[in-house]
Amino acid sequence: MQDLKLKANDNRGMSQLEAGFDLLGWDEVTQGSVLPSFDGDASDIVNKKAEERTYSGFNSYTATVASWRVNKPVFNIDVCIDCQNCWVWCPDSSILSRDKQMLGIDYDHCKGCEVCVEVCPTNPKSLLMFNEHTDLEVALSEWPEKKKKEK
Amino acid sequence: MAEKFDLNDREVWDGNYAASQALRQAQVDVVVAYPITPSTPIVENYGAYVANGYIDGEFVMVESEHAAMSGCIGASAAGGRVSTATSSQGFALMAEVLYQASGMRLPIVLNVVNRALASPLNVRGDHSDMYLGRDAGWIQMGAFNAQEAYDLALCAFKVAENHSVRLPVMVHQDGFITSHTAQNVYPLMDDVAYDFIGDIVPVDDMLDFSRPVTYGAQTEEDWHFEHKARQHKAIMDSTGVIDNAFEEFEKLTGRKYNRVESYNMEDADVAIIALGTTVETAVVAAKRLRESEGVKAGVVAIRCFRPFPYEEVREALKNVKSIAVTDRSSPGGAMGAFFNEVSAAMYTSESRPLVTNFIYGLGGRDFSIDEAIRIFKEQQAHADAGHITTEIQQFSGLRGPHLGFFKTARS
Repeated sequence: MQDLKLKANDNRGMSQLEAGFDLLGWDEVTQGSVLPSFDGDASDIVNKKAEERTYSGFNSYTATVASWRVNKPVFNIDVCIDCQNCWVWCPDSSILSRDKQMLGIDYDHCKGCEVCVEVCPTNPKSLLMFNEHTDLEVALSEWPEKKKKEK
Repeated sequence: MAEKFDLNDREVWDGNYAASQALRQAQVDVVVAYPITPSTPIVENYGAYVANGYIDGEFVMVESEHAAMSGCIGASAAGGRVSTATSSQGFALMAEVLYQASGMRLPIVLNVVNRALASPLNVRGDHSDMYLGRDAGWIQMGAFNAQEAYDLALCAFKVAENHSVRLPVMVHQDGFITSHTAQNVYPLMDDVAYDFIGDIVPVDDMLDFSRPVTYGAQTEEDWHFEHKARQHKAIMDSTGVIDNAFEEFEKLTGRKYNRVESYNMEDADVAIIALGTTVETAVVAAKRLRESEGVKAGVVAIRCFRPFPYEEVREALKNVKSIAVTDRSSPGGAMGAFFNEVSAAMYTSESRPLVTNFIYGLGGRDFSIDEAIRIFKEQQAHADAGHITTEIQQFSGLRGPHLGFFKTARS
């Protein structure tokens, strides 16, 4: 069974993208709407794990856009071969992987585009789309069997 | 290190060559270009300077002017000193990206050799491309001859890269009349010119890996307005930096520039206010008219079209009785844009002089000294009558029946 309380998920999706709070005046906004990605010196940021990085409030890492999604991909760890194909193709960096081991989906940033399902090479697929409100256990219990080759 | 370039105290340069020498002396890091007549030699010469070792920089040839300005934005955001040149249709294709450059507060210098916009296709000079850029959030400076094209290009870098400005600057010169006419130009020596501008000190540069930044963020109704207001405040506040750059340049060269230039205005009753090469024509006309008929004619010229110098225009024209505002761009169903701005400035004066509008010189049609004299005389007639005796907008130098629009309401 996959880990639902992923360490790499800790400081994601803390804020909603919505108006009405912390809005700055014209004299306070950044020059040229240029936004720093991190607070402080980021020289060594590439060597830090996501949950250790000092993402700035401007960074989309800390904002959740989960509400944009209608269908969600569900990951089945029992079928996955850790090929990393979904990680390569995901346009929103929403495949969580560490040391080339697939951990799960970043549901705060996944838009439900289904690309990961499309590129998954296993039989049956290790990623399948389900309605946003389907429980993980229910989704996994409905997983299809391996397809036999037609003669 | 770049090679030294031998220069005489006095050179014979056309406007294009003069502008390209300014790019060389500024040691521009990157020029991204899609050359177009009549501005082609500016970027062509930059490429030659790079190839021959006179600039330690990079010339990037791209597939369109849209790509040219996009490339300039990338290089400028990376932290380089960046410039390019364009005209007319190329300027129009750049238009979308011009707004990106100013919105991101990138100090790019764009040399615009003014040329008419098609259709009909035309390579000659008028100001329709310059007008197209007037709301783009760029500082716009105007040169009236080759010397000024060189001088203002140097000043443009100094203004654009100033940290309290950080806005792109266009330096305009008239297609062919300035760009292709060889004149005496007095250049600065390389070291002097470079020291005047100084090294670029980048802001939010993308090559600073200790502080990664996002350029080109999306903002909706909750943020966009504040960013645009801050940008507008910056261009409105740039006047002091422009004035300081002009003052420093005068100390170095003895050549004094003002955001609004005045000629024979001390006692003038009538005035022509103009942009570009028309200024020198009008100045000659004013002198002749003063000598031959004693008409107190003067000329006001705009050196800095954006930010528009409302106060300086009002000050320069406050004692005049009648003003002719000359627009070298087809107004497309309105009064000339320059007329509207001068009128707005004068409406807030106590004297409220008479203001009329001339559409002239489209597609490079010559604006003669005789025509300038005729316009001065017409202003004198308005002044004597105490009201505008013609239509407010008239076409000047046009074949066919007289064309004019809009009269003063007189009950």
